[in-house]
Amino acid sequence: MKLKWMQILLFVVCTYFSNAQLQLNGAGATFPYVIYSKWFDVYKQKTGIQINYQSIGSGGGIRQIIEGTVDFGGTDGPMTDQQLEDVKQKQGTGVFHIPMVMGAVVVTYNLPEVGPDLKLTPDVLANIFLGKITKWNDSRIVEINPERTMPNKPIVVVHRSDGSGTTYIFVDYLCKVSEEWNTKVGRGTSVNWPLGLGGKGNEGVTGTVKQMDGAIGYVEMAYAVKNNLPYASIRNKEGVFVKPTIESVTKAAQYEAKYMPADYRVSITNSAGKDSYPISGFTWLLVYERYRNKEKGKALVNFLQWALTEGQKYAPELLYAPLPPDLQKMCLKTVKKIQVK
Amino acid sequence: MKLRELIIPAQLREGENRGDSIFYLLTAFFALMIFLLVVLMFYEMYSMSSLTREKFGFTFFFRSVWDPVLEEYGALPFIYGTVVSTLIAILLAVPLSLGIAIFLAEVAPVWLEKPLSFFVELLAGIPSIVYGLWGFFVMVPWLRSTFQPFLSETLGFIPLFQGVPYGIGMLAAGFVLTIMILPIISSISRDVLRSVPRSQYEAALALGSTRWQAVRIALAYGRSGIIGAIILGIGRALGETMAVTMVIGNRPSISLSLFNPAHTMASVLANEFTEATTDMYVSALVEIALVLFLVTLLVNSVARLLIWSVTKNTKDVRL
Repeated sequence: MKLKWMQILLFVVCTYFSNAQLQLNGAGATFPYVIYSKWFDVYKQKTGIQINYQSIGSGGGIRQIIEGTVDFGGTDGPMTDQQLEDVKQKQGTGVFHIPMVMGAVVVTYNLPEVGPDLKLTPDVLANIFLGKITKWNDSRIVEINPERTMPNKPIVVVHRSDGSGTTYIFVDYLCKVSEEWNTKVGRGTSVNWPLGLGGKGNEGVTGTVKQMDGAIGYVEMAYAVKNNLPYASIRNKEGVFVKPTIESVTKAAQYEAKYMPADYRVSITNSAGKDSYPISGFTWLLVYERYRNKEKGKALVNFLQWALTEGQKYAPELLYAPLPPDLQKMCLKTVKKIQVK
Repeated sequence: MKLRELIIPAQLREGENRGDSIFYLLTAFFALMIFLLVVLMFYEMYSMSSLTREKFGFTFFFRSVWDPVLEEYGALPFIYGTVVSTLIAILLAVPLSLGIAIFLAEVAPVWLEKPLSFFVELLAGIPSIVYGLWGFFVMVPWLRSTFQPFLSETLGFIPLFQGVPYGIGMLAAGFVLTIMILPIISSISRDVLRSVPRSQYEAALALGSTRWQAVRIALAYGRSGIIGAIILGIGRALGETMAVTMVIGNRPSISLSLFNPAHTMASVLANEFTEATTDMYVSALVEIALVLFLVTLLVNSVARLLIWSVTKNTKDVRL
């Protein structure tokens, strides 16, 4: 009897190990989770390589890549110089930031009598979130929306209460367009908001905005489109009011690609170009410059090459903006620099 | 030999039954694990928060700035939010749940008592996210459109009820917590009242007391148990995260008005820990966790003291 059990156990162990495939483990940002899991799923069917990704947030992704507990990380905000130094010290190798896709942040509001596609300028937006414009019929709002009658309602500001890449992109934009915001509040995944109510997650902000007459908030573009929220057109650097769409986000990156630094640690908010939407940003994968585990390194390089080319076609249907072609080429060159030995 | 004498009690050593000794050691080990766990948790949080402890020292408890960009941190708004929301919940939930408990244990007829008890226990089993969603989508709009305007019209002269009725805010958090701790306090109090010897109750009735007076005797008899139930309620309210963060507005500021948004220690942890990228930020959050740990410890110790002082003079029941 005992022998039989041993045989079964042996059988189970053997089959487990013979089927054991190569596994890559990653962790980080929640924002790109939808497209990452799509990629990993498709890629597994193609190659049999299993890639696991825990969407624990950008902070967690950066911490884990520093500690070396994952093969790659994901983040919505670039690592600081200090953090890059930490990786070098602890892991003996540097880190590449590889932009994978782009997302945009849209400004949503609850004004049933006004309807969708309200126009906002950077100055008005900053002043609303600084608490300096408090009524919807403020002359500065009326001026840019002459065809609408703006109601005499107080503005209720809603922001994300959880730390988030979405917040980072939004406040990074405000920093660039408003000196006062830059000095008073600054940029980060969470900031000290001058006023407003905090909602947890995109759904928390959306729920609060939907409930409250006269509320304004910001959410991911994908979330706003899926939920049919009204969102504002924003006046970009060239003075054109642009609607957030996948095309206008990709356009923004296209203009910025010319000035792209070699390490890709750049924000593309307030980008030049007359048809680019100004509040958008990258999400990066963090990979080591050198992999000691040959198989893992190779697999990761292959995956990155696939995701940056063929994989990009899955982006629009999931409401992420794909990288513009020039940038794809740049990134592929960087991927080639990853040393595997 | 010395160690053996130290860790195995005398009566076991004399009996010299090896099985008993092993059993004793084994269970003692399990029990000590709890203690070790608490010490370890404290140690971990203490060492992980070294950065902010060094930078701010004791002022961390009294600062009301929370600015992750400038790396300026203080725990006061969070302590305030946790304590006040718990206080609202306790003030509202205790009388309500004692009423429920008394009705279920002493007054209700059996055919009503059984289904009612079932529902009270059902309420205790509902996950907190469901309370949060209900609070956010049902209670908050009601607060905003009906209850808060009513409060500010009738009691608006009190600073507690002034300001813009957002719905979301401290009051909403207090209400959700009230509903969440109601079932715990009432079901435990009911069991406590049930375990009061019938003879006490019947003796009171036989001496000619009214039903209310007899209930008061039962309440006095079960005081320590009822306070225990309240402590469990406080514990749940202090640590509640999801439901609170959905309705409190998550704003680290201290204001007298219950209409204004606030923040609690548990909810700031849930909100900001995942995206905390710098070491100082993580350290500040861990220190918040440490403060929550200490506040919970403090509240529990005070409550223990209360039980102890109450049970000390349980005998002089007065009507």
